Amino acid sequence: MNFLLRPLVALATTIALAAAPDERRSGYDIAGPEIRAMQDDDTANPGNLWVLQGETLWGKPTGAADRSCADCHGDAQMTMKGVAARYPAFDAVLARPLDLEQRINQCRTEHQKAEPLAWESEDLLAVTAFVARQSRGLPITVSASLELRPFLALGKQLFEQREGQLNLSCSQCHDDNWGKQLAGNLIPQGHPTGYPIYRLQWQSLGSLQRRLRNCMTGLRAEPFEYGAPQAIALEFYLMERARGMPMDAPAVRP
Amino acid sequence: MRKPGSRRSRQRRLGDALAAVLALLASAAADAQCEELRPFKIVGDAIPAALTETAGDATRGRAIILDRRLGACLLCHTGPFPEEKFQGTLAPDLTGAGSRWSEGELRLRLVDPTRLNPQTTMPAYYRVEGLTRVAQAWRGKPVLTAEQIEDVVAFLSSLRD
Ligand code: HEC
Ligand code: HEC
Repeated sequence: MNFLLRPLVALATTIALAAAPDERRSGYDIAGPEIRAMQDDDTANPGNLWVLQGETLWGKPTGAADRSCADCHGDAQMTMKGVAARYPAFDAVLARPLDLEQRINQCRTEHQKAEPLAWESEDLLAVTAFVARQSRGLPITVSASLELRPFLALGKQLFEQREGQLNLSCSQCHDDNWGKQLAGNLIPQGHPTGYPIYRLQWQSLGSLQRRLRNCMTGLRAEPFEYGAPQAIALEFYLMERARGMPMDAPAVRP
Repeated sequence: MRKPGSRRSRQRRLGDALAAVLALLASAAADAQCEELRPFKIVGDAIPAALTETAGDATRGRAIILDRRLGACLLCHTGPFPEEKFQGTLAPDLTGAGSRWSEGELRLRLVDPTRLNPQTTMPAYYRVEGLTRVAQAWRGKPVLTAEQIEDVVAFLSSLRD
């Protein structure tokens, strides 16, 4: 039976793939040649400055525990490989998902006995960029565990819900109208592959949460507070939506 | 170290997660406070009567369409606006809108296009109800005032093929 079924299943899979080619495009895929060249070249990608700063912080003892990240995690090139590609991840004690920034801050408060780093601070962006850099080229693989399903459903609901005075949903732009021009801006599919990103318009590195707040403000909606469970649920849904796409942090965006 | 959850604690965690998510959904319910809008009557696919006593001004209407903080129409639309280099490609060209639609039809399309097409991407410019998470600064206010709607209607009506 198994012996008969297997080739059939294989055939069905091939047909399904052929019928529905992967239509997903990252911000990099739709970017112009200058942006791509800037992202690809470590000496030209401004995000790399934060990566280098993050590497320094990785090895620096901090807090009352006087321990560095490296004291617990060793060589980031080995131990942080693929980590950013599977965040937000479920925290069993808090019974909710945490994103990478929150996880880093949890290590600071619990293991280094240090103050948490402020959202969008240079140091938090630097450590996050350094950790995310270790996932470059690796596919996004967030967990699909049972505990996370309600958060995924919340994120999807928030993505598809109209909001703000302009009464638009994320999905109306990023699913229905990607590739079109919103005045001077090309609408991307909104995949979170490259965060934290260096955005030319910001002249700085910025987190995925900052990006989401930008879109929400544009809709004249009240943006979610940094770290709010809704914001993490949206991040989580975006990662699930981009499952399998390669990470390219720190990316460069217009 | 955390112990890998037994089935019991796993169920409890799932229960907690569900409760937390339900609470978040409830808090996202539609905003309550709304300002009074001028009453208007929809007849067929139009609002035949003007929202104001004084007639709209087409020159002001044109400026409202171009202004990113007011109409911001060219985020999505293209139209006969040679001075604006960046125009959108999400929506039909506004050229000739006055030939395609009557004044009343244009008015409803601005006031609340979801009455014609519930899935539309076009924002409702004169509506305050049934919106979600509107930012504090805009809460209870329509995107455009009744006067501004009439100005834009006057300008669009003048766009003839
Ligand atoms: C009216 C259109 C519109 C809506 C609605 C919108 N966005 Fe965006 N979004 C954009 C545009 C345009 C960009 C590209 C950057 C820019 O020009 O601002 C973008 C960028 C993004 C990116 C970055 C993608 C990358 O490649 O780095 C993400 C993620 C994103 N949006 C998520 C969201 C979410 C989540 C929502 C809802 C809360 C949302 N967007 C609502 C237009 C929109
Ligand atoms: C976020 C996108 C968006 C914005 C902003 C927007 N529109 Fe639209 N508009 C649309 C879409 C999409 C349609 C197509 C009809 C539909 O989907 O309901 C449309 C349709 C129209 C029509 C009917 C056009 C036709 O010929 O069928 C008019 C007139 C119009 N819009 C005027 C305006 C004006 C004036 C403004 C600004 C005050 C504006 N729109 C802002 C998206 C937008």
